[in-house]
Amino acid sequence: MTSSAETATYRGFLDEGGRKGLLAWLLSTDHKRVGILYLGAMVFLFFVAVAIGVLMRIEQLVTTTAIFPPAMYNALFTVHGVIMIFMFVLPGLAAVFGNFMLPIMIGARDVAFPRLNLLSWYFFIAGALLAVMSLFLGNGPPDTGWTFYAPFSLRTGTNVPLAVFAAFVLGFSSILTGINFITTVHRLRAPGMGWHRMPLFVWSLYATSWVQVLATPVIGITLLLVIAERFFGIGVFDPAKGGDPILYQHLFWIYSHPAVYIMILPAMGAITEIIPTFAHRTIFGYKAIAYSSLAIAALGSLVWGHHMFTSGMGEAANIAFSLITFLVAVPSAIKVFNWTSTLYKGAIVLRPPMVYALTFIFLFSIGGLTGLMQGALNLNTHLHDTYFIVGHFHYVMFGGTGMGFFAALLYWFPKMFGKMYNEKVAFIAWAPIFVGFNMLYGGMLILGYAGMPRRYYTHLPQYHTGHVIASVGGFILAAGLLLFFANLFVALFKGKKAGQNPWGGVTLEWQVPAPPPLENFDVIPEIKSRPYIFNPEAAK
Amino acid sequence: MSSVHAQPHPAHKDYEGAKLGMWLFLFTEILLFGGLFLLYSAYRARYPLEFHHGGQHLNTFIGVANTFILLTSSLTVALAISALQKGNRKLTLTCLGITILFGLMFLMNKYIEWSEEIAKGLYPNGPELLKLPNGEKIFYGLYYAMTGLHGLHVVAGIIALAIVWNFVRRNSVTPTDFNKLENTGLYWHLVDVIWIFLLPLLYLAA
Repeated sequence: MTSSAETATYRGFLDEGGRKGLLAWLLSTDHKRVGILYLGAMVFLFFVAVAIGVLMRIEQLVTTTAIFPPAMYNALFTVHGVIMIFMFVLPGLAAVFGNFMLPIMIGARDVAFPRLNLLSWYFFIAGALLAVMSLFLGNGPPDTGWTFYAPFSLRTGTNVPLAVFAAFVLGFSSILTGINFITTVHRLRAPGMGWHRMPLFVWSLYATSWVQVLATPVIGITLLLVIAERFFGIGVFDPAKGGDPILYQHLFWIYSHPAVYIMILPAMGAITEIIPTFAHRTIFGYKAIAYSSLAIAALGSLVWGHHMFTSGMGEAANIAFSLITFLVAVPSAIKVFNWTSTLYKGAIVLRPPMVYALTFIFLFSIGGLTGLMQGALNLNTHLHDTYFIVGHFHYVMFGGTGMGFFAALLYWFPKMFGKMYNEKVAFIAWAPIFVGFNMLYGGMLILGYAGMPRRYYTHLPQYHTGHVIASVGGFILAAGLLLFFANLFVALFKGKKAGQNPWGGVTLEWQVPAPPPLENFDVIPEIKSRPYIFNPEAAK
Repeated sequence: MSSVHAQPHPAHKDYEGAKLGMWLFLFTEILLFGGLFLLYSAYRARYPLEFHHGGQHLNTFIGVANTFILLTSSLTVALAISALQKGNRKLTLTCLGITILFGLMFLMNKYIEWSEEIAKGLYPNGPELLKLPNGEKIFYGLYYAMTGLHGLHVVAGIIALAIVWNFVRRNSVTPTDFNKLENTGLYWHLVDVIWIFLLPLLYLAA
């Protein structure tokens, strides 16, 4: 197959198939095209949300006056959160790289339900459009924050029902993808690919998919009840009718905490692929990493209450949730230890995907450790609803999932498009991203510890220096992100041919041409060994 | 070699996979209703007396009648599958038709029942319901949410049955390729099972 990659005319799946032009994309059930459709939509939405984030940082540059009216600031953080959470980090790696790589990595020609897969993308786009419409229709954009807490979400005059419905539709997309991936992993593994021969990215997608399938319906019903509440007044979350808003919070977090693991697990999986490739060494603790994904998915589904320590759940519930929260750090740490052990005595080559992967480990560790601080009940009382929380979840979600997404993009971009980007520019973009990131979110951690509450459109003078540092960091970060994506965008058109295996990876996706052909394999490969064997001689 | 790629690979049909996918989808349905069952348990523990009174106002006769209707329809859809497996296409179509009719009867009863309650002013923000204590408002809120959502599933099930009926008629679902019928049957059983839980929780709560 190498020979076909070297033929001048070869362009892989991008050139094959019946239809041409836009319809070739919009009607294609090829998992690779669907993955790229997601990628295009997500990068666009990501930058919309980044722009909104920049607006918020501009607002925080001043203390006494407001650049934007306070109500608009509420809308800004709501929309920033809704887009980033529901349309970028949550579907992020699974929808883009999962779709593209999962079938190839297990030696299949497509996912189990290709048409359903395309349908998921349409649900995703429909949800995104509804969310955008909610900004312009009705009495103004939603101002509840992305959590839609009752009873405010029941009372506010803004266009909450449409935004809530958008999240519901996005949930559908997530569920269908989850069902598809689980079935694919169970049914379509190539001959010889036992469970312990699957690449670890596949393991992480498998664990994620179960959470998607089992947790998403709960937010679905919760959001439907908010809509029913607003249109019919059924009262289940309305204190005036005997309803209990705390129950809303329970139902919301029963989904939305596991959702955090839907976001982070595929990113961890991608990092697990990158590290052995650039350390040229087999992964340390394959089974520990595989099963820790399942453990994270299982334990992560039982810790939702730690978002509600100050809501008045009761002492016993608080202690139980705090304990399980500490437990969930164990499988996460197992992964970090395994990654670093893989590096030990490896022949490490620092190329862009590796640099971003190592950045992931560093930032995610800060995010994880600050998370433990909040898991402690007494400290949580002080930190709850401050910038500390905002800083923490950006370290996890952006420093973790976001950086994992960037690393995965750099790693698989040459395979997906057959083009190589400018590696030097990818290094240069790393510097402003890393520096800006730590100024912005590190600044937030300190501000929050000093008492700065979240979601306020303005701040007291004592927080001003911190806010200016954070804002400047935010602008640097945004500039770095622009450079990062501009580099890839240019490479799409002007990039040099990447070749089949630019990094020396050993999983199946590196054994097909770049970009892969339609239906991936002429002959389904037979798997004869475990993955990540860099020196077949040594393995015997 | 790229000309080789252009040739389509043989169509891939995986019944086990399709069934696995369907079961996963049914899990999501159970968890969708699970959220409502969770709310029901929490509120019932908080307002036991009000739930007792709320249940007394419901039309138990229609509730029980609908239970018989749905249970029987589960039987007829199972018979439809067996008939197709034995190659009796006509009986399959008849059984599916009866299942659809049972579904419509269920909805009809539901319409009558809801109309009665609404005429009495017992609906969210209804004049009579607002006079009742908070716990009963919650009971009726849950009653409408749970039976309403279930009703939507009955509608979806009827549409799915009608589509699969057409498949059988056009011979695209056949005695050797009846996966779509089987999965539709699974969905219909789920609709039935959820109702079996709704009946005691709402109508027999008194």
